[in-house]
Amino acid sequence: MIEQRPLLTAMSHIIMVLGVILVAFPIWITFVAATHDDIRMVQAPLPLLPGEHFFENLDKTLFGVGLSGTESAPVWLMLLNSLAMALMIAFGKIAISLLSAFAIVYFKFPFRMGFFWMIFITLMLPVEVRILPTFEVVASLGMLNSYWGLTVPLIASATATFMFRQVFLTVPDEMLESARIDGAGPMRFFFDILLPLSRTNIAALFVILFIYGWNQYLWPLLVTTETDMTTIVMSIKQMLEAAEQSPQWNIIMMTALLAMLPPIVVVIGMQKLFVQGLTETDK
Amino acid sequence: MLKRVHFPSSPLPYLLVAPQIAITLVFFIWPASQAMYQSFLIEDAFGLSTEFVWFENYELLMEDKQYLDSFGRTIFFSAAVAFLSMSLALVLAGFADRVIRGAMVYRTLLIWPYAVAPVLAGALWVFMFNPTLGIISYALEFVGVNWNHYLNGEQAMALVIFAAAWKQIAYNFLFYLAAMQSIPRSVIEAAAIDGAGPMRRFITIVFPLIAPTTFFLLVINAVYAFFDTFGIVHAVTQGGPANATTILVYKVYNDGFVGLDLGGSAAQSVILMALVIGMTVVQFRFVERKVQY
Repeated sequence: MIEQRPLLTAMSHIIMVLGVILVAFPIWITFVAATHDDIRMVQAPLPLLPGEHFFENLDKTLFGVGLSGTESAPVWLMLLNSLAMALMIAFGKIAISLLSAFAIVYFKFPFRMGFFWMIFITLMLPVEVRILPTFEVVASLGMLNSYWGLTVPLIASATATFMFRQVFLTVPDEMLESARIDGAGPMRFFFDILLPLSRTNIAALFVILFIYGWNQYLWPLLVTTETDMTTIVMSIKQMLEAAEQSPQWNIIMMTALLAMLPPIVVVIGMQKLFVQGLTETDK
Repeated sequence: MLKRVHFPSSPLPYLLVAPQIAITLVFFIWPASQAMYQSFLIEDAFGLSTEFVWFENYELLMEDKQYLDSFGRTIFFSAAVAFLSMSLALVLAGFADRVIRGAMVYRTLLIWPYAVAPVLAGALWVFMFNPTLGIISYALEFVGVNWNHYLNGEQAMALVIFAAAWKQIAYNFLFYLAAMQSIPRSVIEAAAIDGAGPMRRFITIVFPLIAPTTFFLLVINAVYAFFDTFGIVHAVTQGGPANATTILVYKVYNDGFVGLDLGGSAAQSVILMALVIGMTVVQFRFVERKVQY
């Protein structure tokens, strides 16, 4: 603290609290809506304080038949689909990026820079700008409605490759020299020295990529047509549409709550890794 | 780039890069070149024959009032999202930087919208602003505002902007806070000794020193508003009413998957790709500059 200004400090706290309220208000409203029964949720004004039907709604949402008038997979199945998708994307991206960064940093081979630039280009081609042709490729490979179709097209990663390249470049040369003197081959060096050294970077990246994978929306929307393959994040849109006819907001908001809970838990629980991952990947 | 000490050439490195390169080729480079090729084709109304037309799709786009409107709308939307979320984040970070006790608690409470998927953010805001039931539209009635984003295009745009900006505050806040905390205390103290109050110090020292962060965030927010907000628009307005919220990404999807105008959609894709490439180049040139000082 540079100077004593109790008034300004008090004001800072007030503004921060207002900021927190602004940011948390939508999530609070969601939570409140998920704790009332459907009768209370059609009477304006809607409640601002939680009710008593939380577990009832949770049970109905997780294992019920879904909203009346819609045909959808049970919510627990959609949660599992989302989890599988998020984990496959996160692990897939980390694995292939580690390998290619290792090759680019530690080997001298023809077309090395060509490969590097090819990976770099993926940064400039987000799914949103090439949806139709990518969809056609996946369809012609017969990968629609499968976990592979959901994840593989998304796991190429320039940012992750760059990050591991940065990490490997900071590993002292003596590590490799001494490993070679001890007779370690490339893969031995990779698994026994490089991987343990980049452990925290991998963890930080995992946090970011898990959120990225879990929150995918447009791509699953295109690739899955069978209800058994839908993810939880996707299902919200269908529910909002159904809400025009039968507004069961308690169930919809409970589903929304379940859909955002895992990534929020990851962000709050692994805050330090999350912040590290965020700042590392965007450099 | 390459380690001074490295392994000799062998087939191994090719195997190591193979998975990444294979995926890049099959799912990135091939579709992107397909998009480029398709953007030169026009299909007849029944999809029976296609004709190679060079730049006619682009010319049609440039004459298409709807497309040009959508372009302008996207720029307005991005500017509004970036301004709203960055200025709120800047204010919050400025005050968070001042408080010593509880700064981490505030940070924890502010970062979670980052974890919320865009489409969910859209769902939350649609629920709060629901014309018949929403808690905020209910409150707005008391101040004489009749909220109905299903009918009023400006209100629909405002709602999409709110949802998009809300989600991005967390990200901007983290980067601003980190930038402010990396300013040497001695600089601030010297100014304080010279009699500059907190407001003056913020305007003349802190804000100029974090200008690189502001620029970086501007690019990131623009990219976010251009490409990551599809879910918000899809959940909140579906581009309506009367195209009032049809931003470019939504239009590509709508023309390609709903309207089945392959050539036009592909041409739009190519234009978007050019935009991403431009933004990425700006971002990287900036990062290089930052590394130097």
